[in-house]
Amino acid sequence: MGWIDQFEVHIPSSTTEGQKVQERIISRLEAIGFPPRGIFGVRLALEEALVNAIKHGNGLDPNKSVFVACQISEEKVRVVIEDEGAGFSLQDVPDPTDDENLEKPCGRGIMLMRAFLSLVEYNERGNRVVLEKHRNDDAAPSLS
Amino acid sequence: MGSSTRRLDIEEIGDVTIARFIDRKILDENNIQVIGNQLFSLIDEEGRTKIVLDFSNVEYLSSAALGKLITMEKKVKAAKGKLRLCCIRPEIYEVFNITKLNRLFKIYEDQERALEGF
Repeated sequence: MGWIDQFEVHIPSSTTEGQKVQERIISRLEAIGFPPRGIFGVRLALEEALVNAIKHGNGLDPNKSVFVACQISEEKVRVVIEDEGAGFSLQDVPDPTDDENLEKPCGRGIMLMRAFLSLVEYNERGNRVVLEKHRNDDAAPSLS
Repeated sequence: MGSSTRRLDIEEIGDVTIARFIDRKILDENNIQVIGNQLFSLIDEEGRTKIVLDFSNVEYLSSAALGKLITMEKKVKAAKGKLRLCCIRPEIYEVFNITKLNRLFKIYEDQERALEGF
């Protein structure tokens, strides 16, 4: 099945701009009747991924931008987010549910993305992530 | 939107402070910073030590907001006080469950239960 809607945009490293593109994607999903539970997960994951790109990837550097590509079909939404940072290694991200990390104020974004989406895939460098949510993926978020 | 915009509705029942979030979406780092500052001022500036956070209006909550709640919990503990959370919607409770923060916070179904035994 082909894409019924798609766009690409470069946004400045600003969380306000991140909010705008988040709203743009969510409003498109609402317009096609994407399930509310799915929309909840997509919005949450977009927030986490965009903040990661803007804040951690680009270091809020006004000279760096974040690339966002969104594709929507009848079955799913796919978003690619790429920053201009050096990247990171997923293996270096500690498990926020370990006892020694539970009271740390940060480090939960990727866990939440994985819990609420059908697919979260980083490139090797760690500066590009592909997010997918399938319309019929109504399974309860994984606790792993 | 300035930092003076109120983000919490405050009510007192006896010596317990009930702080209800006004925002439906606790997303956006700037917004979360303002909300966090208003939460912390309840303890740091107003000396309140028995606090219930009411999430009735909250439809979305990011991990950055969870971070502020954790800091709030630590401040209340350091002040030898008590913090309880209530009225959390199922999808938001999933966020606490996934991150296992339902072990860290005392979470209640409604205000009445949250106020019992304070």
